[in-house]
Amino acid sequence: MFTIIDRRLNPKGKSLANRQRFLRRAKEQVMRAVRDTSGRRRIQDIDGGGDIVISPDGIKEPTFHRSSSGGLRDIVVPGNKEFVPGDRIPRPPSGGGGRGSEGAEDGGGEDEFRFVLSREEFIDLFLEDLELPDLAKRKLAKSESLAWHRAGYSVSGSPANLNLVRTMRNSLSRRIALKRPKPDEMLRLREEIEELEKSGRDAARLAELREELGLLLRRSQRIPYIDPVDVRYNRFESTPRPVAQAVMFCLMDVSGSMTEHMKDLAKRFYMLLYLFLTRRYKHVDVVFIRHTHRAQEVDEETFFYSAETGGTVVSTALEEMMRVVKERYSPDEWNIYAAQASDGDNALSDNSRTLALLSDMILPVCQYYAYIEVGQDGMAPPITFSSSMRESDLWRTYKTLQGEGVPLAMKRVTHRREIYPVFRELFARDGAAQEVGA
Amino acid sequence: MTMLTDTPVVAAPLYEGADWDYDKLRRVYDAIEQVAVKDLGLNTYANQIEVITSEQMLDAYSSIGMPLLYKHWSFGKHFARDEVLYRKGLRGLAYEIVINSNPCISYIMEENTMTMQALVTAHAAFGHNHFFKNNYLFQQWTDADGILDYLEFAKGYVAKCEERYGHARVERVLDAAHALMNHGVHRYPRRRSDLRNEERREQERRSHEETTFNDLWRTVPTKPGGPSLFTDRDRRRALLELPEENILYFLEKKAPRLQGWQRELLRVVRHLSQYFYPQRQTKVMNEGCATWCHYNILRRMHERGMITEGAWLEVLHSHTNVIFQPEFDDPRYGGLNPYALGFAMMEDIERIATNPTEEDRYWFPDFAGSGDSVTVLRDAWANFRDESFILQYMSPALIRKFKLFHVQDDAREPEMEIKAIHNERGYRSIRQSLARQYDVAWIEADIQIVDVDLTGDRKLMLEHRVTNQILLEDEDARAVLQHLSDLWGYEVVMEEIDAASGARLKKHTVGPRMILGA
Repeated sequence: MFTIIDRRLNPKGKSLANRQRFLRRAKEQVMRAVRDTSGRRRIQDIDGGGDIVISPDGIKEPTFHRSSSGGLRDIVVPGNKEFVPGDRIPRPPSGGGGRGSEGAEDGGGEDEFRFVLSREEFIDLFLEDLELPDLAKRKLAKSESLAWHRAGYSVSGSPANLNLVRTMRNSLSRRIALKRPKPDEMLRLREEIEELEKSGRDAARLAELREELGLLLRRSQRIPYIDPVDVRYNRFESTPRPVAQAVMFCLMDVSGSMTEHMKDLAKRFYMLLYLFLTRRYKHVDVVFIRHTHRAQEVDEETFFYSAETGGTVVSTALEEMMRVVKERYSPDEWNIYAAQASDGDNALSDNSRTLALLSDMILPVCQYYAYIEVGQDGMAPPITFSSSMRESDLWRTYKTLQGEGVPLAMKRVTHRREIYPVFRELFARDGAAQEVGA
Repeated sequence: MTMLTDTPVVAAPLYEGADWDYDKLRRVYDAIEQVAVKDLGLNTYANQIEVITSEQMLDAYSSIGMPLLYKHWSFGKHFARDEVLYRKGLRGLAYEIVINSNPCISYIMEENTMTMQALVTAHAAFGHNHFFKNNYLFQQWTDADGILDYLEFAKGYVAKCEERYGHARVERVLDAAHALMNHGVHRYPRRRSDLRNEERREQERRSHEETTFNDLWRTVPTKPGGPSLFTDRDRRRALLELPEENILYFLEKKAPRLQGWQRELLRVVRHLSQYFYPQRQTKVMNEGCATWCHYNILRRMHERGMITEGAWLEVLHSHTNVIFQPEFDDPRYGGLNPYALGFAMMEDIERIATNPTEEDRYWFPDFAGSGDSVTVLRDAWANFRDESFILQYMSPALIRKFKLFHVQDDAREPEMEIKAIHNERGYRSIRQSLARQYDVAWIEADIQIVDVDLTGDRKLMLEHRVTNQILLEDEDARAVLQHLSDLWGYEVVMEEIDAASGARLKKHTVGPRMILGA
């Protein structure tokens, strides 16, 4: 007695609930790993899943078991070649029934736990609790375009929208239902009649066939091949759609005072911003503008990795940005975000010009402008920054702009580990901001 | 029962090529059943064969192979790891999973070739199935009729608890229960559990609890100055039925602060552990039996022309892969392969029964030359577990074939010593130590609950009887004791005591971190 059951159509992914429980359990480690991993990727590559290695803390399943070291052990092993009873042999270096006391002590003996996160899982963990600032919605609501999409069929419409397949299907089923004679059926009758006419025999049969043909002809005329009731048109509906594209400007001072460390901090911030924007917008352009005493638009490679010398004139970058906006990214169609990273140096004479550019030209067209002041690693911790440290020229300049409803955010970072909290603080959902900051 | 019936040679093979369909599966199943029942006299539960995809097979892994199981993060963890190994090609998927239930469920993968399906059918649906139905451990300990219903109940119950008490609280109890899972087993049968009625009994227990309360913890008024009911150690221990090695059972019944649903969760885990207990003790035999069955069934089918030469080669290829045993100095060596050892022993028994040497006659007077190997094997499958099976049936010839040797590793000595090799003097000692290697009672630490300080701070006392001076792994032991203490709700003390001398070697004390019952 036996049965075969095909379970292949049963839902797969039965382990999903367990997987979610596991991820929730290992969340802290996974989050840390996700952020470490993202540091090694290019800005636009960050948007993917991948291998994650976490330490087994918190996901251990302890049991009572005997220690692997000490005591007296008897082991039976296959494959003896030359041993005789009484032989003494050295212990194998680790495990294998010998003692592996070294490995376990410093925790290094523990296996790393490696598994794969899907893209969704990766990004979700990476961007948990973040939200676009409210001001973004203002813009989104205003700039809408209409999008058309299919919405079934209708019995009326323009010839261009005629749906042939559906129409013919209706026609066929009607013809079958009403028993419209088929062409080859009539052809067969005609041939038979013709043959009988030629031979001249069997007049009765001929008359019968003629009558039948006449009947079929009349019927095929009464029942048309295509009838107006068969016709179907594709129907479309329009829905208003917010403009789902954004451009992100990365502005960076690359003068001699900017160290590799500072550039790395800036890169991480840009990365987060890019990733964040791609979650909300269908399409995100990235524009890299670097500047010393003059500014230029460059590609990502040049942006991060080529050295420049010269003084620092911030306004040049802002001018360059405005040029690009005017040329390619009309604020009516694009959501514009900008992130500026700098060590805070600026030519003294340039400050007023920078201020004017920012307040009159840039901020009115931007959804959000983030100014990140990066410092040397090992400088005083950020807490003392706010109170006693001397403020940089740029910081003092920008500070005068801050106020209610101005889409400008300013933060200082000196260490990699601060990037994410700072980012979070800038974009955290309402209420979540305070606990994370500083 | 007829042995080795001569069925006529079939002219045309049952199938050709690698593709399978349901028709072929049925035909091959019928042919296999013929051989299994008529020639080998196997006696099995009804079979239910389920076709699944490789992805579903991975899913099945993550819940210890059970078709339905409650949800827990640890299963997700195992799945995450298995998936990586599989996707990177570091580990293949098992060809089959078989469940000790009635009807016996075997999973086969759609990606398998027809020959693999035949192999799996012979291996799982007949080999394992016969073993499950006839081995005394499984008969005594598991309830094949009730297991699926019980798992269904357990799954629903855990889900209900999660809904009512929150994921986190359920998870904490399950974590603790899993840590103690191996110590949630009755080693000596009291009565066979009837899983089918577990759901009803859960309701009864609850209504019983509602009408009564735990008398044990009531402060019993005694004469002033007179001895308290609980001061007398022996009396107290008798009242609590101590010592108790089934820690989960003790907690379920006696932990003072747990709530009803938490006790029930412990019970679920305990049943699961008990259900798998025979499997832990019969790895070599169970796999040996299944491997011997698939090999012999398919060999006979090949001899009768029921499968093609090509198919037979494919069988041999998979078969030799399964029973491959690297030697100790081979980088691939990872201990004795239960398939290899089990199969070799079954083959050896067959050889001794039909074609014994003088040595065999001396060692195995009962069945050497009896001629009826299948009866000897069926008897062995039914009445032994790994440890006793090896002790009884491991022959000198096999010890020589595997070139087994016995090494002693004494931590006090600078080097390890070869105690015995495959020679006349070594056979018995090798056989004995090998059997011990498979003795669950010997492998697992002997831990018991010995006392509770009822008049004082309700401290729970445990003992680990240390054999061969091998203490518990310290960090893990503390972690498990922490779980235990959380369940108990009060401090827990475990002493490690040398079994031979009674010397106290080590003491762990752990207080509750969060009281689960509160």
